[in-house]
Amino acid sequence: MAYSITSLCVNCFACMDVCPSRAIAEAKPHFVVDARTCTHCEGDYADAQCASICPVEGAILDPDGLAANPPGSLTGIPPERLLALAACSPA
Amino acid sequence: MELKVLGPAKPAAGGCAKGSCGSTADQMAHLPEAIRDRVKNHPCYSEEAHHHYARMHVAVAPACNIQCNYCNRKYDCANESRPGVVSELLTPDQAVRKTLAVAAAIPQMSVLGIAGPGDPLANPARTFETFRQLSETAPDIKLCVSTNGLSVPEHVDELVRHNIDHVTITINCVDPEVGARIYPWIFWKNRRIRGRKAAEILIEQQQRGLEMLVARGVLVKVNSVMIPGVNDEHLPEVSRVVKEKGAFLHNVMPLIAEAEHGTYYGVMGQRGPTQAELTALQDACGDMNMMRHCRQCRADAVGLLGEDRGQEFTMARIDAMAIDYAAAMERRAAIHAAIEAAREDGRAQQAAMTAPAAVPAGTRPVLIAVASAGQGLVNQHFGHAREFLVYEAGPAGVRFVGHRKTDQYCVGSSTCGDAGTALERTIRALAGCEVVLCSKIGIEPWGALEAAGIQPNGEHAMEPVEAAAAAVYREMFEAGALDAAPAAQIA
Ligand code: SF4
Ligand code: SF4
Repeated sequence: MAYSITSLCVNCFACMDVCPSRAIAEAKPHFVVDARTCTHCEGDYADAQCASICPVEGAILDPDGLAANPPGSLTGIPPERLLALAACSPA
Repeated sequence: MELKVLGPAKPAAGGCAKGSCGSTADQMAHLPEAIRDRVKNHPCYSEEAHHHYARMHVAVAPACNIQCNYCNRKYDCANESRPGVVSELLTPDQAVRKTLAVAAAIPQMSVLGIAGPGDPLANPARTFETFRQLSETAPDIKLCVSTNGLSVPEHVDELVRHNIDHVTITINCVDPEVGARIYPWIFWKNRRIRGRKAAEILIEQQQRGLEMLVARGVLVKVNSVMIPGVNDEHLPEVSRVVKEKGAFLHNVMPLIAEAEHGTYYGVMGQRGPTQAELTALQDACGDMNMMRHCRQCRADAVGLLGEDRGQEFTMARIDAMAIDYAAAMERRAAIHAAIEAAREDGRAQQAAMTAPAAVPAGTRPVLIAVASAGQGLVNQHFGHAREFLVYEAGPAGVRFVGHRKTDQYCVGSSTCGDAGTALERTIRALAGCEVVLCSKIGIEPWGALEAAGIQPNGEHAMEPVEAAAAAVYREMFEAGALDAAPAAQIA
């Protein structure tokens, strides 16, 4: 398995610009990782670059399919607060 | 005419805290002539230029390299645009076409900015490709860039290569303890860095970047977002430091945080400043000559003061336009020359009219709110005004001190939901002003304003703002209204 991008992606180009393997492409409805080209950044950097710059929690999954940046890990907003907000917002 | 004079015991926006209280209406007056010359036609830096010239932004820089607690990356950068707004993302080629189309259609357009949705310098290839093409095809357009500062040092050389003489850096703190409460993380040297360490690096880069730009002769403006309880008491120190390092303007903007924006501050209930708190802080940093007319316009807004013609320039429409930029450039030059001549006339006239010779020095100043739709005139109906320009009239003349939005600031308690009717909110936004000038006003708001101690005045419709304010001030003096301190205002 490789890193992958979910529908939470906001198409900000940040991961594409920093990927050392050129494994990420602009696409509709959101950016995609080419699983065959992704090297997990091994040999280039200690941390997966895409997962280290992506601003959106849950937008990037690690090779195990888990969120590289789980809820609350980037914004510091406690996940319960986010859930409460989602429950009462019309969107 | 009789003017009722009621006002707060201590005017919320009395102005003169220190330094910048000059003897002229022009807030740029204290700047060295070389800098004044370079910013006088810039609508974001000169309130007066704002009436004549237009600016636009293009959204070519979506990526960001830091996270701010007042930002939600679903939207544009919360620093340079209104939160909750999404701009049409453009490629550099599209951005250049859009800029040329707008500059041809709106000859007053003088400045092109890149300010998000992310950070321009976190998108160096897209940002500099846009600047490179524009420096070549439209050398009469000034370029400016707004950044969080993290990547300024590595891009200084490239920045000075283009037609860029203004850079805005958002600096919210110079103390990492404060920074750790504003920035949860940065992306630095291929790693995500968090907490105090992140703030330390960011602050160091911002300060170095500021020094390097100043050393290269680039004008640097500093923006700060005022976050009550986080950096409000710290910002006078920021102001002092950045001024020492050569920033030519320091602009304090209010935090705008709503739960529905989904930002950390919004969700966690961090409040924004009240108008009175904002004004008091701007006064405390007063010797930095604050840029109080900043409207935090949305990042892809197009047009003059208060107007947004962005809808006329969507990419689909631009692709259908044929643009002869060489011809447009000639037309622009002619129109800019005409604007300059008119401004020169206006200034001479204004100097003559605003000199309130009859009012002796030491007479107390008065805050006057003005409803204006542009061109420097009292030309807006009270009920149509979404914002009011606020002028301080005193024996030495009339000067612009800021503006009040009727619908944006949190003016009540931290729970603004039940803040009353629009009229009540407007009246609260005008707290501290003794007079409001407008072209027309309805009977109901007239009564409500009078009851709140603010005198509505429609007698100067279509007159130049400063002249009208000076005339009202003179009348108040002649009526003996300035002898006593203003009484308490019922807000
Ligand atoms: S893990 Fe590294 S190689 Fe794989 S997509 Fe992310 S940045 Fe590219
Ligand atoms: S950094 Fe995250 S949000 Fe941005 S394009 Fe990549 S996956 Fe999408």
